[in-house]
Amino acid sequence: MKEYQTITEISGPLVFAEVDEPIGYDEIVEIETPQGDTLRGQVLESSEGLVSIQVFEGTGGIDRNASVRFLGETMKMPVTEDLLGRVLDGSGNPIDGGPDIVPEEREDIVGAAINPYSREYPEEFIQTGVSAIDGMNTLVRGQKLPIFSGSGLPHNDLALQIARQATVPEEEESEEGGSEFAVIFGAMGITAEEANEFMDDFERTGALERSVVFMNLADDPAVERTVTPRMALTTAEYLAFEKGYHVLVILTDMTNYCEALREIGAAREEVPGRRGYPGYMYTDLAQLYERAGRIEGREGSVTQIPILTMPGDDDTHPIPDLTGYITEGQIMMDRDLNSQGIEPPINVSPSLSRLMDDGIGEGLTRGDHADVKDQLFAAYAEGKDLRDLVNIVGREALSETDNKYLDFADRFEEEFVQQGNDTNRTIDETLEIGWDLLSMLPKEQLNRIDEDLIEEHYREEEGETVEATAD
Amino acid sequence: MSQAQDTETVREDGVIESVSGPVVTAADLDARMNDVVYVGDEGLMGEVIEIEGNLTTIQVYEETSGVGPGEPVENTGEPLSVDLGPGMLDSIYDGVQRPLDVLEQKMGSAFLDRGVDAPGIDLEKTWEFSPEVSEGETVEPGDVVGTVPETVTIEHKVMVPPDYEGGEVVAIEEGSFSVEETVAELSSGEEITMHQEWPVRQARPAGDKKTPTDPLVTGQRIQDGLFPLAKGGTAAIPGPFGSGKTVTQQQLAKWSDADIVVYIGCGERGNEMTEVIEDFPELPDPQTGNPLMARTCLIANTSNMPVAARESCIYTGITIAEYYRDMGYDVALMADSTSRWAEAMREISSRLEEMPGEEGYPAYLAAALSEFYERAGLFELFNGGEGSISVVGAVSPPGGDFSEPVTQNTLRIVKTFWALDADLAEKRHFPSINWNESYSLYSQQLDPWYRENVAQDYPEIRQWAVDVLDEEAELQEIVQLVGKDALPEDQQLTLEVSRYIREAWLQQDAFNDTDTYCEPEKTYRMLQAIKTFNDEAFNALEAGVPVEEIGSVDAAPQLNRMGVAEEWNEFIDDLEDSLEEQIRELY
Repeated sequence: MKEYQTITEISGPLVFAEVDEPIGYDEIVEIETPQGDTLRGQVLESSEGLVSIQVFEGTGGIDRNASVRFLGETMKMPVTEDLLGRVLDGSGNPIDGGPDIVPEEREDIVGAAINPYSREYPEEFIQTGVSAIDGMNTLVRGQKLPIFSGSGLPHNDLALQIARQATVPEEEESEEGGSEFAVIFGAMGITAEEANEFMDDFERTGALERSVVFMNLADDPAVERTVTPRMALTTAEYLAFEKGYHVLVILTDMTNYCEALREIGAAREEVPGRRGYPGYMYTDLAQLYERAGRIEGREGSVTQIPILTMPGDDDTHPIPDLTGYITEGQIMMDRDLNSQGIEPPINVSPSLSRLMDDGIGEGLTRGDHADVKDQLFAAYAEGKDLRDLVNIVGREALSETDNKYLDFADRFEEEFVQQGNDTNRTIDETLEIGWDLLSMLPKEQLNRIDEDLIEEHYREEEGETVEATAD
Repeated sequence: MSQAQDTETVREDGVIESVSGPVVTAADLDARMNDVVYVGDEGLMGEVIEIEGNLTTIQVYEETSGVGPGEPVENTGEPLSVDLGPGMLDSIYDGVQRPLDVLEQKMGSAFLDRGVDAPGIDLEKTWEFSPEVSEGETVEPGDVVGTVPETVTIEHKVMVPPDYEGGEVVAIEEGSFSVEETVAELSSGEEITMHQEWPVRQARPAGDKKTPTDPLVTGQRIQDGLFPLAKGGTAAIPGPFGSGKTVTQQQLAKWSDADIVVYIGCGERGNEMTEVIEDFPELPDPQTGNPLMARTCLIANTSNMPVAARESCIYTGITIAEYYRDMGYDVALMADSTSRWAEAMREISSRLEEMPGEEGYPAYLAAALSEFYERAGLFELFNGGEGSISVVGAVSPPGGDFSEPVTQNTLRIVKTFWALDADLAEKRHFPSINWNESYSLYSQQLDPWYRENVAQDYPEIRQWAVDVLDEEAELQEIVQLVGKDALPEDQQLTLEVSRYIREAWLQQDAFNDTDTYCEPEKTYRMLQAIKTFNDEAFNALEAGVPVEEIGSVDAAPQLNRMGVAEEWNEFIDDLEDSLEEQIRELY
């Protein structure tokens, strides 16, 4: 292996070096500084005689005399089942003081695309115990469902709650612990405090045993953030498709990841796309998010819950926008609900689960699930529309039915969405609450529900008692 | 994808000079623009996109990790082409027409490996050929010489390729042949096989374009009822994420009455394509009852597959569509999503350091879009028949903002515009096509067909619905200020009627077995039932019945059940009777 002391330019996270042999694109590089530190990087562009290298740990300390070694291979992640229970840094090195990792295999972190022909369509219901998700925007095994949040909203609590409670009810009884998820946690640029919060919870609930944690903290090098999720997903794919685990991957915070992409793009003097983010960000994000799913004939699955904070709560910002076009729906956190004390503050209307329709119904959840969900959505939307109006004309000017819708919307937030971070509701409980609320409305208003189901579940008394509060 | 067999045209090889993502430059390569080349030791497929001095720029259709300068580049001397012949239906391809099922076998893995190639159609499989012409007859390019049963639904027509001279048939025989065996010989010395190759970036020639007069019946009420698309027409479906673009596209692929459907998943989700692969073989074609896959060709280049192949998948798809059009079929092509295609162009363009146009898109974006959509149309064929291609392109505008370049350039070309609306989607009103913003410029030319095949007064009742919805939009503005009860009674009634038009008629449940497909007659009858309610209600109002009483007759909410009613004819007849009876009882 040749060593070069030929650095010609250092700029931001990039180092340019002259070489006299061909170097492969994406190859891994080690740079030894005069102080004796070894930094790692990756070839971003390779041309005859000159390569540009992106250094993960930042270029501090590198000078013209630093020596550059090309390892002749692309970035690999050492994977083994023993990774479960371990805490690693953003580049995959153990930081929990435990023994070195003895890899069973070393996998390329730029995963190959799953052949769409080999995929199996995800349709196994995951019960998260959160009504706003299970009832209205159901998660299924193999789905990628991000949480769209904002700064200062409790998205971490929600992610932890899901990681703690997620089970597949069907399998709960049949296999011993068979439905528990292995959790891969990839942190990108989160604060040490947030990291502690996650670690404490993992330790408190014993979840750490079945988790692999990748930590890139806010003061770790930004460029490293571009490899952290790839490390995490490579581990997830190995555990899922080689070892048969059902893996839940939580990536937080994707916004920091995209910032890192932008930083590298700017340093390379690329033509920027929208808001300065690189034009290939869609492709880049897709290469992460699409690494979720099921494969025909394999036991395991990869389910992804990426978290991103929307700058200015704006869902048209390029990060949430591009994410939403790739992922199979989104869970939207809402600032108003949060200030009302609703826990978790999920706004179900702009939330969506694209894979829901095949994951619910008779034999999966319950036969009335789809109809109840449709009706709850429609009624809640109607109630919210009326809120705008009531501010102008007052409640007296509205009809009796309209008043019922207003009450419905309030109770929907206070009883259905609100549940607290420690409450684990079964899908039956969730749907029963749904029926309690729908029974506030006159029967003939329930036009999304099959008439037989209304006969079966509609609570006659409820309709009477609530009428009194309409004035 | 076509493998180059023509060894004599192979030109001099070059060496890689630099690599940056999907863009590779090579030195000393003797190549023409758009030639297909094999890059590096692994032989990754690529296409020449720029030639400057001694340097040739190549876009590579596969991942380039680990590829370095000094590795060889081999030129095939041929442009990017597709294999055309029997076996394309019931197949699923990637963006350069490699069959994904064959790739899975060859790679022995569920993950897509690099450097593996496979022909677009099975070259070994034999097909039963029956001649349509006999020896001594003269054939010209485009003429059908025989047929092959390709699937249970589709008869594949073997044609004289458009670049042949034609002549007298000197030998033709019935029997079992592979696609590469000669089935007919011409006096010109030309031999006809079932296999043709065609460069994807070049439209297949056809005769004149004609004005389409038949609708592409989609089985979707808002589309058939308000904004119809013609067979041979073009439509765009723009919408922000979550507004139902994909479901709308899939509904069209499932239920529209085209002979052939080419479905392109361009830069979209893997699971979505899997859903199509799993569902379509199970679902019956509403026209024939055979599995939908028997008339469908799928092209899947998901968002994590290489970006250059995303750029080419649109061309691969339209070329296959043109081939079936040449056989005289009505082809419907769905492209989901054209924005990803445009973004792929942008990505490649920026790696080439081209001067960007609006929002970083290349300056040739508008030209590329219009070139693509112009390949749609109702064509007179060289063999005297007619064939059509209808193109439906989904557009994914960033942030749902329709003023962005891809949406705007698309709107300048297409004649049907189905605007998806995030607000409707939030209310779970599906399909979330906004009736105030959408339009179809085909309505007028399709009216005669509707009058003849559905009902004489179809255009009139449609206009009635449009008027009511327009009036509602105006009234809603007032309601937002003063509340509904402040409106005069007749306007309140209009709101009630328009609510039924929206909820009972425009809304359609794609996941309900009955409601998912609505034949034009049912679409018409449902609207007629709402009109009956309207007429009866206004009569009652005139007679002095309060609007609240009219609205609360028992039969009225039954209007919402029309969509899911299986015996819809009886259901609607009964409903109209009871509406009439119950409302007349009030006065």
